Amino acid sequence: MIDRKLLADHNLTLEEYERIVSLVGREPNITELGIFSLMWSEHCSYKSSKAFLKKLPTKGKYVIQGPGENAGIIDIGGGLAVVFKIESHNHPSFIEPFQGAATGIGGILRDIFTMGARPIALLDSLRFGPLDNPRNRAIMDGVVAGISSYGNSIGVPTVGGEVYFDDCYSKNPLVNVFCLGLVEKDKIFYAKAEGVGNPVLYVGSKTGRDGIHGATMASAEFGKETEQKRPNVQVGDPFKEKLLLEACLEVMDKGLIVGIQDMGAAGLTCSTAEMPAKSGTGISINLDLVPQREEGMTPYEIMLSESQERMLLVAKKENVTEVQKIFAKWDLDAVDIGEVTAGRNLRVSFRGETVVDVPVDAVVNLCPVYRRPSRKPAYLRTFQQLDLPPLAGDLGAALLKVIASPTLADKEWVFRQYDHMVQTNTALLPGADAAVLRVKGQKRALAMTLDGNALYCYLDPRIGGAIAVAEACRNLACVGARPIGVTNCLNFGNPEKPEIMWQFKKIIEGMAEACRTFEIPVTGGNVSFYNDTEGLSIRPTPVLGIVGLIDDVDRLVGPGFKKEDDAVVLLGENSEGLGASEYLRAIYGLERGRPPGIDLEREKSVQEVCIQAIARGLVRSAHDLSEGGLAVCAAEACILDRTEIGCALDLEDKIRPDALLFGEAQSRILLSASETSLPKLLELAAEKGVPAKVIGWTGGKELVIRQDGQEIVRLPVQRLFEAWKNALPGTLSIR
Amino acid sequence: MKFGVVIFPGSNCDYDTFFVLKNVLRQEAVFLWHKDHDLQGVDCVVLPGGFSYGDYLRSGAIARFSPLMQEVREFADRGGLVLGICNGFQVLLELGLLPGAMLRNKNLKFLCQYVHLRVDNPETRFTRRTRRGQILRIPIAHFDGHYFSPPETLRDLEEHGQVVFRYVDEKGEPTEAANVNGSAASIAGLINRRGNVLGMMPHPERASEVLLGSKDGRLIFESLVQP
Repeated sequence: MIDRKLLADHNLTLEEYERIVSLVGREPNITELGIFSLMWSEHCSYKSSKAFLKKLPTKGKYVIQGPGENAGIIDIGGGLAVVFKIESHNHPSFIEPFQGAATGIGGILRDIFTMGARPIALLDSLRFGPLDNPRNRAIMDGVVAGISSYGNSIGVPTVGGEVYFDDCYSKNPLVNVFCLGLVEKDKIFYAKAEGVGNPVLYVGSKTGRDGIHGATMASAEFGKETEQKRPNVQVGDPFKEKLLLEACLEVMDKGLIVGIQDMGAAGLTCSTAEMPAKSGTGISINLDLVPQREEGMTPYEIMLSESQERMLLVAKKENVTEVQKIFAKWDLDAVDIGEVTAGRNLRVSFRGETVVDVPVDAVVNLCPVYRRPSRKPAYLRTFQQLDLPPLAGDLGAALLKVIASPTLADKEWVFRQYDHMVQTNTALLPGADAAVLRVKGQKRALAMTLDGNALYCYLDPRIGGAIAVAEACRNLACVGARPIGVTNCLNFGNPEKPEIMWQFKKIIEGMAEACRTFEIPVTGGNVSFYNDTEGLSIRPTPVLGIVGLIDDVDRLVGPGFKKEDDAVVLLGENSEGLGASEYLRAIYGLERGRPPGIDLEREKSVQEVCIQAIARGLVRSAHDLSEGGLAVCAAEACILDRTEIGCALDLEDKIRPDALLFGEAQSRILLSASETSLPKLLELAAEKGVPAKVIGWTGGKELVIRQDGQEIVRLPVQRLFEAWKNALPGTLSIR
Repeated sequence: MKFGVVIFPGSNCDYDTFFVLKNVLRQEAVFLWHKDHDLQGVDCVVLPGGFSYGDYLRSGAIARFSPLMQEVREFADRGGLVLGICNGFQVLLELGLLPGAMLRNKNLKFLCQYVHLRVDNPETRFTRRTRRGQILRIPIAHFDGHYFSPPETLRDLEEHGQVVFRYVDEKGEPTEAANVNGSAASIAGLINRRGNVLGMMPHPERASEVLLGSKDGRLIFESLVQP
């Protein structure tokens, strides 16, 4: 009955199948095979990444929950904890952009409220192909609308994120969604199935035939037949999820349940296997009791369905009526479909017959772990070399072009489609270095950011990985926040290709080193392999989600200049080098060279100066230097505040003028400070051994940059503003 | 003053509004569950923003059938104060407590952004702390905020000073660009003839604290509270 074709359809190798047979003690039936194929898929099992992910530091004084649960948890004091995680929804978003992205939001929200936390913020990292291609515009339009429809309706603000454009995402867009929730420390819930005899309750939407094999789909390369996979993508219902969210939080708040797990990827299979596996128990369920949307569903279909907005609860026996009453209040059913058992098996019955009987450990924990071969890719040699083209004429014109490049241009078109203010905690509007949310009733605030430069990672994975962490922390430092925890979404190509595995290994090494330097624990995340379409892999794209704490929200500063006649101070040092820069890409169409190097200790000191300067009220603005370098950073500082104040900068560095303006040397932050605060600021920097220099003053309506007294840029702020503001709507309106 | 904030199953600005009433304005506030038939003796009913029933149909179309709406209607008929914000405004239109309907925004996208509002009637229970022509900076967040009603209704509304807020630019001009959702006569907020039911698309509860970027919205709540 089970032949090679069936195994191939289930993405299982012959060796994996033989292992299943020996673990179960017999040949599995088709439903059992389906269960193993899901749970042993790359998406669910992390079989190719597990061995390497161990290198990431996961411990820390304030970690309540590290990797392995639905989300990580960090203690923020005052009896509160933050629960946060990032997930990818790349493949579904390519097939059906609107629903793919929408259900991505639905899934990450469930991961957070499953733990008892109320979601308070969403961020997303989106990567699309160039917008001159109508297909890419349609994908972007659909993804943004999908996120908007789901997040806005359920009432969780989308407060930030990033949007990058690169040809490698044309047939493989990335949609990484991050959510953070707030929970009282003594009201955290886990995916536990404890207490033999306790009932297992199914809550939420009915089960349909949608999304069968979503997790397996996410674990395979796409070919030309991808369009036919559309039925694999689920349809989201944010209103149902809102009801589910309120009902679940209410039963948890009242302490009526033992454990809870959402039915996301791998649906009923995942929850009924993982919950007992974590608790040393078993679960027995009757599929006839599972609410179904369609007639004639087979056990295989019911177990593998990825219908959205469903949860599995284990309740205390005596509380079932009370739980059902609360769900009824929210117009939801809570159906008793089985119980926790002493045996360590998942047993499923259907029309009086046992259709599944497998050890939960085999399903959840005994998937083979692979150390796949890795090999340094040949492309590195060629692409790391860079013969700088001769200096182009007008650097002001170049700045206008760079700042209007899709990756750097204003993203208002995107974020005004998101409700970024609901819940009334948003202290900094999207577009700042990091999102900042106040915590009601407290002086402290939370900051969060998503970051990751794929070109750096492609051209030097180890440095790219380290910079991704450093840069995200720098974003936080610019709003005065100290990093407290990391989640990451690692988007890569096919791990069976040794070159991809090598990228993966090196990037993890770089990330691990940076996390150790900054002393921040990684509390979880997601690996998305097989981002290949028609044999082409995306560039390695780690997206770092880092959460930080601000001690006093009243000291908060933004990226834009606030007042005239303030000193403009550069922390850190300029250096020669344009490798992997946005400038080379925008002006010369070159994506090569070596990314900037990074001294992590220096980086840490620079950030420390910025954090302390903000905490002491010494600066009026802080903005991170990243893609586009000093010129873009200064231009943004002129336009990001409503006041639109210009500045004049005098630089003395003896380097190529375009490298001075657009080079992306790390560990630099641009500050503005009043003349009275300036001495204290410079003193603080000197104490920490951080180079700090007054490079100019704010004022006027122009951005002027001189090198050794010679003017290299003079542009009205209004012109910069218009170039930056109109770029994206202009491109997107092409039909 | 005692406020009652209605919770429909898909309300999502209920807590935000409650927070401002209770913690910023220090007023008594209670939640009113949509399935109940009890207004708990409140002086002012607030229908908050959100997606009352998912709003897959017309926004607010199902909410009007909520059990509590019977009491809200009677309360309004007796002259009780009712404030509808965003989705609450849409519900008021569906209930027929205010005239007109909402269409999709003119650019067919959800819009969340600060807008400038001009107060065109400062003589209402909801605006007496403002000046005529005063410009308020308050955010909107909606997909269906494109106000529509037939010309005769519009004329009628204008004649009776029922247009309370209009979308304007920074200088107070009701330009086409400032009318981001395409509303008829740039209408952002309306009051009934009797002056006890106000609906507005912008969110005053999001603009009631300096930390969040504006406190202009507080003027509306303060107008209500002022003895």
